[in-house]
Amino acid sequence: MRPRIAPIASAVAAATVLSVLPFALSGYHQALAAQVATFFIAILGLDILTGYTGQISIGHGAFMAIGGYTTAVLSRDHHMNLVLTMVVAFAICFVCGLLVGLPALRLSGVYLALATFALAVSVPQIPLKFSTYLGGSGGVQTTKTVSHLWLYGASWSGAAVLFVLGWLILRGRTGRAFRAIRDSEVAATSSGVGLPIYKTLAFGISAAFAGVAGSFFVLGTNGFAQPNEFGVILSLQILVGAAVAGLGSLWGLLAGAAFVGLLPTISSDVPVIGSTHGQDVVFGLIVIAVMLLLPNGVAGLLLRLGHRRA
Amino acid sequence: MSALLELEDVHARYGPVRALHGVSLAVGEGEVVAVLGANGAGKTTTLRAISGTVHRNGALRFAGRALPGEPDAVARLGIAHVPEGRGTFAELSVWENLRLGAYTRRGSLKSDFDRVLAYFPWLADRRNQQAGTLSGGEQQMLALARAFMQHPRLLLLDEPSLGLAPLLVSEVFRIVRELNENEGVSVLVVEQNAHIALQVAQAAFVLEVGRVALAGPTADLQQHESVRKSYLGY
Amino acid sequence: MVELTRRLPTMGRRLPVSPLIILLGAACVFLLVGSLESTIFAQQTVSGVAIGVVYGSLALALVLIYRATEVINFAQGEMAMATTYIAYQLILWGLSYWEAFFITLVLAFVFGVVVQLAVVRPVAHKSVIAVVIVTVGLFILIDGIVAWIWTADIKFMPAPFGNHAYNLGGVAISRQDLGTIAITLVSVVVLWALFRFTKLGLGMRAAALRPASASLVGVRVDRMLAVGWGLAAVLGAVAGLMAEPAVLVLQPTFMQPILLYGFAAAVLGGLESPAGAVVGGIAIGVFVNLVGQYVHFVTSDVRQPVAFAVLLVVLLIKPTGLFGRRRVRKV
Repeated sequence: MRPRIAPIASAVAAATVLSVLPFALSGYHQALAAQVATFFIAILGLDILTGYTGQISIGHGAFMAIGGYTTAVLSRDHHMNLVLTMVVAFAICFVCGLLVGLPALRLSGVYLALATFALAVSVPQIPLKFSTYLGGSGGVQTTKTVSHLWLYGASWSGAAVLFVLGWLILRGRTGRAFRAIRDSEVAATSSGVGLPIYKTLAFGISAAFAGVAGSFFVLGTNGFAQPNEFGVILSLQILVGAAVAGLGSLWGLLAGAAFVGLLPTISSDVPVIGSTHGQDVVFGLIVIAVMLLLPNGVAGLLLRLGHRRA
Repeated sequence: MSALLELEDVHARYGPVRALHGVSLAVGEGEVVAVLGANGAGKTTTLRAISGTVHRNGALRFAGRALPGEPDAVARLGIAHVPEGRGTFAELSVWENLRLGAYTRRGSLKSDFDRVLAYFPWLADRRNQQAGTLSGGEQQMLALARAFMQHPRLLLLDEPSLGLAPLLVSEVFRIVRELNENEGVSVLVVEQNAHIALQVAQAAFVLEVGRVALAGPTADLQQHESVRKSYLGY
Repeated sequence: MVELTRRLPTMGRRLPVSPLIILLGAACVFLLVGSLESTIFAQQTVSGVAIGVVYGSLALALVLIYRATEVINFAQGEMAMATTYIAYQLILWGLSYWEAFFITLVLAFVFGVVVQLAVVRPVAHKSVIAVVIVTVGLFILIDGIVAWIWTADIKFMPAPFGNHAYNLGGVAISRQDLGTIAITLVSVVVLWALFRFTKLGLGMRAAALRPASASLVGVRVDRMLAVGWGLAAVLGAVAGLMAEPAVLVLQPTFMQPILLYGFAAAVLGGLESPAGAVVGGIAIGVFVNLVGQYVHFVTSDVRQPVAFAVLLVVLLIKPTGLFGRRRVRKV
């Protein structure tokens, strides 16, 4: 499937709306929008890995944890500028991604998925074990907290930057290599595509994106990094978001991010069931319904609509 | 006498690709009928259309009633399809393959198995052997045995001679003829080896590019100029 | 449930006892010797087997569904949890424990079939990923519904085997552990017999191995899949009912750690191997217990990561799990 990145016009339109929006929103809603941006970045990262090289990961919550803790610890211990911490998080997670990607070469399909799942379970427990440096269950707090507006601006700017970065990577040689791998590893290898390099690279890039998302995630929770926020549920949320997004569409990514970022909060006031559990019931039903109706995600829907028009 | 199986103007396609463009044929009760033709003529597709494994439309009637579109329903009506590749369950044992052949039958399989052994005595020793470890010829025989366990009224055979040495091919067709003569099983056999097929069949249909080009009793076809040249080699 | 290991055609040749069997044998010897040496070792081993058998049961459910459809059912644990709550409710309404137990198994079967028909079948032919996401949605949905009906408050269920402990040469072995092992193994064996000896079981195996060929001999493949989900749900129900006494309280999240260990066990055993799932479960149960007892680094919060770390190591050595073979899907 060729990537259908929305034409420049609609990207500019999205950017315009997003830059004007915060002034119309309350602080609480700005924070929600920032959460959507956070998921956008994480889902984008997963899309690059799974959508383009076909390697399934249910462990991106682990990379988010690493990125988030990087930001928190660097801020707490070295009073580092927050944006700088994100750059560091990007770099560290890139390396971590490479480290994971290497052994991942030996695994395929469902085994890889479950191995990454193992990561999702294990990595968040590391701060509990090494509590002296990593805060244990008490968590790690950044020295500075940020306003909702700052967070909104930073997270969406970050999303834009990373989206462009992703787009540049995917349309270039690397992207073609990725797509070749996804479509047929055998064919790719025979055409001279260095399989291990590109597959590992994809993991690195994907993890780096998730790391930055983790940083924003921590900032979004008042700069407080805590182990149980990065559990398995987070990895599953990213996976669901990527499935809803589908592949290769900016609008799909936005839809997926909005789906996971907003829906649980919005669905909490459900009549009859009540707020505590209504959220789960509604969210679960909607996830199922979306998959029944749109098995290829929003991107798939847009593709079909596009074909019909043509 | 109305035929056991009747196809009228049947079209079939694989996705957007049309493979049959209006095939009509018939198999009478107790008959052996051959479907001949070159590669790609639509022979295999015809069998698949009957068993419902390919998308098709047109009139297909078995014992006077319309054929359902699902393979398992077709099997329950008494049609056994031995496909290209034989449909053997390589991971299961010989005995389990035979039991699967009798899946649509009720009651004890003992007498069925005894009858099968009468035609394939060597199976008795191989009951527990994994089916995938049998030789090509043995697998073809197993496929026939499996089909016979079903006690079908109609047997659909797809290229039984494929990949077999001539001696084995004769053996296979000998058994087909016996099944037809002794058990009354009607047979529709698709074959590239026209020579051997016409020795066993009473009638044949020659397909070309998804249509019936020639049809008739074997004797007539064996005399026919183009059949002799294209398919019989003399 | 088929042979212990799935073999592709080996032209009749069989390998001599595989290194894996030797490894397992050595492990058993190790456990036996250790148990004779130390009562604590023995107790941890027995309770490890008891909980391991529960993991194995859930793992077996996962493998059942995976073998037939290549889908990982993320909701398996929550389905088991829901059926346990149903048993709880039946007991509240006055049924005895064992009456509730068996009725719950029947209801679980129906539950599994309904899930397959309503939610899995419509998406199944479109994409495997979509089905997996549907099971994730189901996970969340079931959580919500159970918490809605019964609230998330802690509840208590009667212990099926009581709290009595037997003394075997100084080792205290609880009746509950023994009962768990017995019940779970019995259900696994019954299922094995179903697959091995009955026509239905043969049909299910055929449908899982080669759906197109199975169709041709008259197997209703769709129906077999639904039955498969039903049976998997029954296995899950047994796991849930046997797990509840082990975790002592009933709450909506109680199956989640067990699901995680169940995944680990299924992958450890090789997703294609039913026996592997059960062996994997027992191995994890015993391993985690022993390591937790003897290695001081491993405190209770690190148990799961340790189990998964071991899993990762095994996968690196044998990428398709201990008993797994690289499968080529045929038609």
